[in-house]
Amino acid sequence: MTEIKQYTRKDFVSDQEVKWCAGCGDFSILAAVQNTLPEIGVKKENLVFVSGIGCSSRFPYYVDTYGFHGIHGRAAAIASGVKMANPKLSVWIMSGDGDSMAIGGNHFIHILRRNLDVNYILFNNQIYGLTKGQYSPTTPLGQKTKTSPFGTIDHPFKPGELAMGAEGTFFARAVDTNPKEMKEIFMEAAKHKGTSLVEVLQNCVIFNNNTHKEITNKVTRADHQIYLKHGEKMIFGMDNEKGLVLDGLTIKAVVIGEDGYTMDDILVHNAEAEDNTMAFLLTRMSLPKLPVAVGVIRAYKTHTYNDLMELQISEVQSTSKIKNMTDLINSGNTFEL
Amino acid sequence: MATKNNKIEVERIVIKFAGDSGDGMQLSGTQFTDAAAILGNDLATFPDFPSEIRAPQGTIAGVSGFQVHIGHADINTSGDLADVLVALNPAALEYNLKHVKPGGTIVLDSDSFNAKAFKKAKLSTNRLEDGSLDGFIVVEAPVTTQCRLTLKETGLDSKTIDKTRNQFITGLLAYMFNRDIKLSEDFITSKFAKKPSIADANIKILRAGYNFADTIEVLSTTYIVLPNENKSGKYRNIMGNTATAWGLMAAAEKSGLNFFLGSYPITPATEILAELSKHKSLNIKTFQAEDEIAGVNSAIGAAYAGNLAVTTTSGPGLSLKSEALGLAFITELPLVVVNVMRGGPSTGLPTKTEQTDLLQSLWGRNGEAPIPVIAASSPADCFDYAFAATKIAVEHMTPVILHTDSYLGNGSGLWKIPNMEDMPSITPKIAKPNANYMPFERDENNVRTWAWPGTEGNEHRVGGLEKMDGKGSVSHDPENHALMTTLRADKVNKIADSYPAQHVYGDQEGDLLIVGWGSSHGVLYDAFSEVKENSDAKIGFTNFNYIFPLPNDTADIFKKYKRILVCELNSGQFANHLRYSLPEFDYEKYNKIEAQPFMVSELKEKFNEILEAK
Repeated sequence: MTEIKQYTRKDFVSDQEVKWCAGCGDFSILAAVQNTLPEIGVKKENLVFVSGIGCSSRFPYYVDTYGFHGIHGRAAAIASGVKMANPKLSVWIMSGDGDSMAIGGNHFIHILRRNLDVNYILFNNQIYGLTKGQYSPTTPLGQKTKTSPFGTIDHPFKPGELAMGAEGTFFARAVDTNPKEMKEIFMEAAKHKGTSLVEVLQNCVIFNNNTHKEITNKVTRADHQIYLKHGEKMIFGMDNEKGLVLDGLTIKAVVIGEDGYTMDDILVHNAEAEDNTMAFLLTRMSLPKLPVAVGVIRAYKTHTYNDLMELQISEVQSTSKIKNMTDLINSGNTFEL
Repeated sequence: MATKNNKIEVERIVIKFAGDSGDGMQLSGTQFTDAAAILGNDLATFPDFPSEIRAPQGTIAGVSGFQVHIGHADINTSGDLADVLVALNPAALEYNLKHVKPGGTIVLDSDSFNAKAFKKAKLSTNRLEDGSLDGFIVVEAPVTTQCRLTLKETGLDSKTIDKTRNQFITGLLAYMFNRDIKLSEDFITSKFAKKPSIADANIKILRAGYNFADTIEVLSTTYIVLPNENKSGKYRNIMGNTATAWGLMAAAEKSGLNFFLGSYPITPATEILAELSKHKSLNIKTFQAEDEIAGVNSAIGAAYAGNLAVTTTSGPGLSLKSEALGLAFITELPLVVVNVMRGGPSTGLPTKTEQTDLLQSLWGRNGEAPIPVIAASSPADCFDYAFAATKIAVEHMTPVILHTDSYLGNGSGLWKIPNMEDMPSITPKIAKPNANYMPFERDENNVRTWAWPGTEGNEHRVGGLEKMDGKGSVSHDPENHALMTTLRADKVNKIADSYPAQHVYGDQEGDLLIVGWGSSHGVLYDAFSEVKENSDAKIGFTNFNYIFPLPNDTADIFKKYKRILVCELNSGQFANHLRYSLPEFDYEKYNKIEAQPFMVSELKEKFNEILEAK
């Protein structure tokens, strides 16, 4: 194997001025990605960032790798083509909740079910930022926005639930206020073979400021988030005094040592389970009853679309008598006139 | 007693096979066609499917047809009216009677003409008895009972036996056309190689049909079609959609590029996707996407990553791809879009043919996004124009739209198998590693260089936003936008410099120039030739394959004629394109908007009318 140069963050900073609003959550995501890339063992020229339309979709311009700024909603389709055309590339999709959950919803579910080996970072700020503040498919019910002056009447999507419904093999959640965890999670996403979907709860400082505040603020975050790690107990709280137990088909948050619950009762996280029922329940957890799950919720290992595609080609090539176009056009029924 | 077996030689003859969807008429037609090819006849075929997959049995909506035109003469179309109609039930006869030449031969399964069948076809009268068939030579063959009697001892059930009826017809026609029955036997043996008992049964029926024709005396005349002498070399009978797929693959081989197709099934283009998906042995990657939009966008992604990228579709799908074509255009990536036209608008007439997407392909995008448009003109030359479209796309770094249509895609004709070594080269301009790469730096033809991900040192970003000349970073500068718009348009216009000369048949100047484009070539040529033969007027005919940009010599051709008649299967889209591009000429129009191909007879009538009116 050829040596891979030891990159630093700077190798992945492009010469373009970053034009997001001051205070935008996108800056910390960009920094976390640029900090991740030197450590994933991929040559710079083998990285491709693909995006759709939206604030987040400007991302590829700011990373000094190959990049494609696509059209609204189509990042997953473009990225699929890039990956199939050259499966050696490490392909990263950068997309927002409007891009992926509304106009690109179809491509989103289909790339997940195919399990193409790409990384998919979903910036979820629950608003349309680039078009200045209209509600998105993830905006909470009832929220007033430019286009819902009396409150939305749309029931929102939860991206993780869609991903489970599409039988996605990898789903993780991160918050834009925790760069260290974000990097750990991006590393896991890069490692996973298959469509690695990471939902980043991201703040839009202009049009939806503090939308994730209940989850991310320093005072309550220990109680309102649970950082799940494969093989470890599902515990949370300032002093890790709380945990999750299964009560029938419902997850319940308990205080360890109270109401008869001991550490032995607390669930152990198995991100790699084939069955995604538990992952689905973890994905659904929401305030105020339950903490919001962050970290890798599901990372199930199975075949990828691109591996099967290459395998099928090599199998057919090894048995077929047709080796080139001359063979093909002269095969079957031909006539000498 | 009539004289048996009066053999006559014919220059050309049209046979139409018609029956219920499940009657195997497409197979009989193909079998008849293959035998004609082996015997050296020139040929063209066209199937006529019902749009429902399983329309109710015995109904007119469920009639499936296959027309084949064979000849000692050169064959350019699948023929106007049939000389011989095979009708396996009353519905098939009812639907096709108007498509038979006066005095033509009609072969029927007389067993199927019964009250039950009339009811299914909603017919109030029996055509065999009401005088409708007066003037035709009618061959009433009890096909169903003959088949059942022939296979009585085999133990096959009657459903299976009835499925062999098409071979009775094949046998009968083998006699009618003085063909060696062995040709058909070989076809059956190879078709049913894995089911020898079925092959046996079909061969028995084939012989029964042949012997029946030999015995009865209604066939007072049989035909001989001598080999075509203008064609020599190695040929195959090829459908347009297959030829398109092969042309694309040939271009991949010639260019040395890996091939990627992103597509979504749509009538009548699906066969291209199906054909390409067979050829994994040639490293052909096909991706059946979740929709038309994903089809084209995945192809754009593959083009960015360095593959020869293609998407295939038909009218409504082309509409869905419009936005992405703008993206392919502004990123200046090579992409071949194959549009197999059908009748429109909207879902329209999915199984019928129309030259209806021309203006959509020229103008159907936001902003100024001129994309080269070319059109194939016969089932066989779909191969050449698919190849040409790819060469333009790759060498000029642009999306290209290739139009074929239902008539070409589903029709077939003889194709001279080329020598791959003789095919033109295709030379992509690919950036070397660490090339100080500027994505929008251009050569003398305004063509940019293609840098593939995976190549060291050429990292760059492209996208849908307007980009700065040369460097390619995002730019909103007004003057830069004007410059880029002009550079992109000039690049596309320069493609015309690479075309071959536009060919004009007949008189190179004179009274009337007949103009067509794409798939009307064959039928316009036949009508033009027949009219010219019987006229003193000076007439030329030219058919366009390169639609946009137009060939550089177009105006020089047009100015040599007093009148220009533009014939097309729409309300005048190519005529409008010519008016816009070359407004100095007057264009007369002849249009057919029935979602059916032109007929030679109607074109001749129009040409003669114009010539007489002068």
